Amino acid sequence: MPFVNWLKRNLVVLAGLLTLGYLLLPNVVVTVFSFNKPKGRFNYEWQQFSLDAWKDPCGVSGLCGSLSLSLQIAVWATLGATLLGTLIAFALVRYRFRARGAVNSLIFLPMAMPEVVMAASLLTLFLNMGAQLGFWTILIAHIMFCLSFVVTAVKARVMSMDPKLEEAARDLYAGPFQTFVRVTLPIAAPGIAAGALLAFALSFDDFIITNFNAGSTVTFPMFVWGSAQRGTPVQINVIGTTMFVVAVLFVLVSMLAGNRRNRQKA
Amino acid sequence: MTNKTDPGGDVRLTGIAKTYGAFTAVHPLDLTVPQGSFFALLGASGCGKTTTLRMIAGLEEPSAGTVFLGDQDVTALPPYKRPVNTVFQSYALFPHLDIFENVAFGLRRRGLKSVKKQVDEMLDLVQLGEQARKKPHQLSGGQQQRVAVARALINHPKVLLLDEPLGALDLKLRRQMQLELKRIQTEVGITFVHVTHDQEEAMTMADTVAVMNAGRVEQLGAPTDLYENPRTTFVANFLGTSNFIEAEVDSESGEEIVLKAGGGKLVLPEARCSAPATTGGKVLVGVRPEKISLTHADDAGEIPEGRNRITGRIADSSFIGVSTQYVVDSPVCSGFEVYAQNIDRDPRLVPGAEVVLHWNPAHTFGLDAAQDADAGVEEAA
Repeated sequence: MPFVNWLKRNLVVLAGLLTLGYLLLPNVVVTVFSFNKPKGRFNYEWQQFSLDAWKDPCGVSGLCGSLSLSLQIAVWATLGATLLGTLIAFALVRYRFRARGAVNSLIFLPMAMPEVVMAASLLTLFLNMGAQLGFWTILIAHIMFCLSFVVTAVKARVMSMDPKLEEAARDLYAGPFQTFVRVTLPIAAPGIAAGALLAFALSFDDFIITNFNAGSTVTFPMFVWGSAQRGTPVQINVIGTTMFVVAVLFVLVSMLAGNRRNRQKA
Repeated sequence: MTNKTDPGGDVRLTGIAKTYGAFTAVHPLDLTVPQGSFFALLGASGCGKTTTLRMIAGLEEPSAGTVFLGDQDVTALPPYKRPVNTVFQSYALFPHLDIFENVAFGLRRRGLKSVKKQVDEMLDLVQLGEQARKKPHQLSGGQQQRVAVARALINHPKVLLLDEPLGALDLKLRRQMQLELKRIQTEVGITFVHVTHDQEEAMTMADTVAVMNAGRVEQLGAPTDLYENPRTTFVANFLGTSNFIEAEVDSESGEEIVLKAGGGKLVLPEARCSAPATTGGKVLVGVRPEKISLTHADDAGEIPEGRNRITGRIADSSFIGVSTQYVVDSPVCSGFEVYAQNIDRDPRLVPGAEVVLHWNPAHTFGLDAAQDADAGVEEAA
């Protein structure tokens, strides 16, 4: 009976820990195997501890080149999609125009359509136009599918915004530009930031659409896929672990900053 | 803060109107709000009072007409160029800025560099000096309301517009803020234009009240004027309660009109009749419930001469402490309301008792019989 009572009290915590474990286990495996010294070409069995891969992350030819390309594309795609998506979101919420309803539903299509279909039709389009496949075609494709996520995130924020706030700003001597910079943008910022982060993550790890439209260009996900056929270098785990740590640090820092702000207020 | 002889704070609306497609929110309207006065626009929701206010602020463009501030025509000026500030119903405090920055917003937008002294003074005026570094959502409703007032007043506007500023507060706080706003207005001497649907609020605070109905001003005047001498049934019912008797004009002497109602006669001072009174024509005779005295039919002989009187039977009575409210059914009007002060209570005045209602003819008012006697009853509820 004491055990049953203990279980009753701690069931929520237990369920939470199990779920967290389920989510984190793959990351743990990736991290542990980044310190492995594999026999042969495949890094699937634990052999012995080694820092070799951490000392030379670019030791595999093509890896760091593809990583840098992926980061560049992600940055530009994020900028492009965030800028366009924010403008679209404001237009959709604030203005009544012809075909507004149609645009509203069409913007969701990239989210709803199977990626492979979108990838194939984009390729058809690019080939018909005689476009040179590579950096630019990848970028265009990424901006397109990131756009709907940014629009969704920003729209939610703008819709919950009280239009009276902008009226108050105009009433308090702020012209249209000042109103936008001092009131509209700061209040919409969390939505815009969420959309941008989502766009960055989606662009960085996209494989299917990129693979169709890349030509001979190789992004990081494509590199990982390609090397998985022939044997996985430990360096891939190193990059994966680094990304995980950077993401966790990012979350921690923003949480700490938030806590500090709350404490100052109180 | 403002020079009281400066005529810059007069608000003059001439022929101002607003239509949305086929719907007319405000019919062409002329209105003058004198410098330094506390002016209330009173009406039920949808009567056009807020639209009128927003046209003064510049947040709504009039379909026709002109807005003058003092001698300046501001009709074409955008809101950020008008020396007018607004206290919004929802307060519309900027959630991303703290209280200090909310109050400093207007000063900063006009390019002032050192705002600290002014903001601190203003926050002290509304007793929020301690809260300067808090965010709006950390304050109570009453405190947010005071921030909204401070944020507008710090700019020394020529006119302060208040759009139902007390609507979100509970009753006790509302009473307190009414007095507080009145105090601030007297202190700073700025013209206040206050929009409200609460007739008591308008009467307590304002020097002049404009009663609006369906996009038109029904009547404008001092609160006592509106209450004692309403010119339409809407005003009579929206401000307080009124009893109406439809009567026929028997004779008129130039000073007094004598009317026939049922079997009896009623006297109405000519000056208090806003309807044309021709012999044989109909007039609605109105009287407020607290002006009426109630006497048991057995004592009818003791009623002094010269008072208007009608007979009836008490249908209902309810005791509410300071007064007793009776509903009396009479042949000329059913459901006559009478409020009697509880000074000497006559134990015979119970439901079913035959009574005589009588009042001083000077308290009677006459209205055009062509209108609906119940106009404004629902809106006031």
